[in-house]
Amino acid sequence: MKQRRFLGLLVGAAMVAAACGTGATPSPTFNLPTAVGEGEGELTVLAWPGYAENGSTDETVDWVTPFEDATGCKVTVQVFGTSDEAFSLFSTNPTKYDIVSASGDASLRLVRAGYVQPVNVDLVPSYADIFPALKDKPYNTVDGVHYGIPHGRGSNLLMWRTDEVTPAPTSWTEMFDPASPYAGKVSVYDAPIYIADAAVVLMSTKPELGITNPYALDDTQFAATVDLLKAQKPAIGQYWVDYTKQMEAFRAGDAVVGTTWQVITYLLQAEDPPVAVDVVKPEEGATGWSDTWMVNSKTTHPNCAYKWLDHIVSPEVNAQIASWFGEAPGNSKACALTEADQANCDFFHAADDAFWQDVWYWQTPEAKCVDGRIDKTCKSFDDWVKAWTEIKG
Amino acid sequence: MTSTTQQPVAGSARRAAAWLDHHARVRLGLLLAGPVGWLVVAYLGSLVVLFVNSLWTRDAFTGLVIRELTPDNFLDMVSNPLYRNVTLRTVGMAIVVTLTCAVIAFPIAYYMARVASPRVRGLLTVAVLMPLWASYLVKAYTWRLILSNDGVLNWLLAPLGLRGPGLGESVVGLWLVFTYLWLPYMILPLYAGLERIPASLLEASSDLGGKGWTTFRRVIFPLVVPALVAGSIFTFSLTLGDYIAPSLITTTQFIGNLIYLNFGVPDLPFAAALSLVPLVIVVLYLLVARRLGAFEAL
Repeated sequence: MKQRRFLGLLVGAAMVAAACGTGATPSPTFNLPTAVGEGEGELTVLAWPGYAENGSTDETVDWVTPFEDATGCKVTVQVFGTSDEAFSLFSTNPTKYDIVSASGDASLRLVRAGYVQPVNVDLVPSYADIFPALKDKPYNTVDGVHYGIPHGRGSNLLMWRTDEVTPAPTSWTEMFDPASPYAGKVSVYDAPIYIADAAVVLMSTKPELGITNPYALDDTQFAATVDLLKAQKPAIGQYWVDYTKQMEAFRAGDAVVGTTWQVITYLLQAEDPPVAVDVVKPEEGATGWSDTWMVNSKTTHPNCAYKWLDHIVSPEVNAQIASWFGEAPGNSKACALTEADQANCDFFHAADDAFWQDVWYWQTPEAKCVDGRIDKTCKSFDDWVKAWTEIKG
Repeated sequence: MTSTTQQPVAGSARRAAAWLDHHARVRLGLLLAGPVGWLVVAYLGSLVVLFVNSLWTRDAFTGLVIRELTPDNFLDMVSNPLYRNVTLRTVGMAIVVTLTCAVIAFPIAYYMARVASPRVRGLLTVAVLMPLWASYLVKAYTWRLILSNDGVLNWLLAPLGLRGPGLGESVVGLWLVFTYLWLPYMILPLYAGLERIPASLLEASSDLGGKGWTTFRRVIFPLVVPALVAGSIFTFSLTLGDYIAPSLITTTQFIGNLIYLNFGVPDLPFAAALSLVPLVIVVLYLLVARRLGAFEAL
């Protein structure tokens, strides 16, 4: 099929006048910036909740205002709940967001669609201190070209109400049993990428399926995964995208066990009165994320964008985000600043690469199996989306 | 009069006015150009764009729209039982909500129109309209609190040993929420319809020996049908297109949720194709409603 691709398709009237362009990846002759000049005065940031805090969530948590004061770049933050939402916002407003925190299941799509530009890592001094395990990965570097600065990584976790669920769960299977006493009170992340969570479970419960990577599922493996999720459906009490909705469900007891992010647990535990919750990375391993700060290919604020890149992965700020969100920082120097930072790094195994062996960073499934198999065709993200709607009925 | 005609500006304006006075169609055209232009370009135009989009496809990996005409989206929709099930579920919910609203609204509207004193009628009108002053989102979230595990409903039902529908797979909670949300849209047209029935007709029925039930069945109800259908247009179409209340109240999907998901993936062409389903249903509904005289009762 002739691949004619059109950038900047908008809904409504703008659709009629949509600008059109060809080619997916920017040409290798893209002129990397060679210096960072004066800021342009403003910057729009599309970020995961908790990544660009300006004091509005908690007035003591603020690393955006110092950036604004230092650079004169006024920052507008928009948060998103899933990688698909981020990608959709980016593709329907191609010039709106200057910078985005993209997980692996959005980053490669952004690169191939031409929405983000190569980044000159030499202009980001902190890049030198990023953990080597996060650099030059398929989700941030394509054909040797860097498309952003690694931010940090984390694991999706199993959260439970300690006053309702005993004994403490250690396995994801707690969430997949419609006959469990907690059926009807299971809280599940509402995105097609959640299918990978079920694949992780099958990797240990049904080794005969031969799943080696939860994002590389052939027909048989995919069918088994979808079946597992369909069987789980009656147990689900809530699908969440907006983290505040999951917090509300755990607070009210509508959910007592679910898949979550560390930051959500922190926020619930910090409430007054605290909600009795705890988290664990289950024994099967987990899906997770390794995020990258990327720059819009159509940005009109490149200097502010580069200043942001350096600010956000600088040891101090990177450490702040890591402990606020509950993840492993990307900057190796973010661990040694204070004892608390070191404790956070140890807790999240920032430098312990072995820990991450069974954490499957989100990535977009493709027909060409991402685990390298060439004798099979894998289900592409398209199929995942269709399957997700079917699973939800 | 004669003095003004000597001024050239006023003169040309007057000539134009005179010309327009003799050309009624041009005059009408100029008057309507603005609103009709808005209707055709912004309103029907966007529907055409929606339809054209539904015939396109997209790159499976990046989601970028590929402008090649293909019926694939519609074939997918027809061949996959999921979309049929979700459509039937949505239409079913719309019908049940409409009927429930009608049953609840009728006594209220009747009391307001024919029994209540003017003072009480005013108070009731305010009471019916009051919920419309609060944001739809606030009301939907409030219902989450009502239906929640340790919410008001379970607290009320606990002494009876019962439990509410909860926020899980059950759609009973959503049925309550929709009924609550759209009830005013049913009460107001019904109230207007009932108020229009001349008292003399009811007296005539009574004079001819019609008891209360007979009068209702053979006089009031036939006269109020157009108003009932007019109200049902709102309750039916609002239920059909909603996706926020379902996503807040239940884990079960409705058409709106599927459109929203595909919009977010993003698979805009498929979302556009799905959007045409409620559109076609509502158009069919409006055709039936028109035959029943609902448009005269609006």
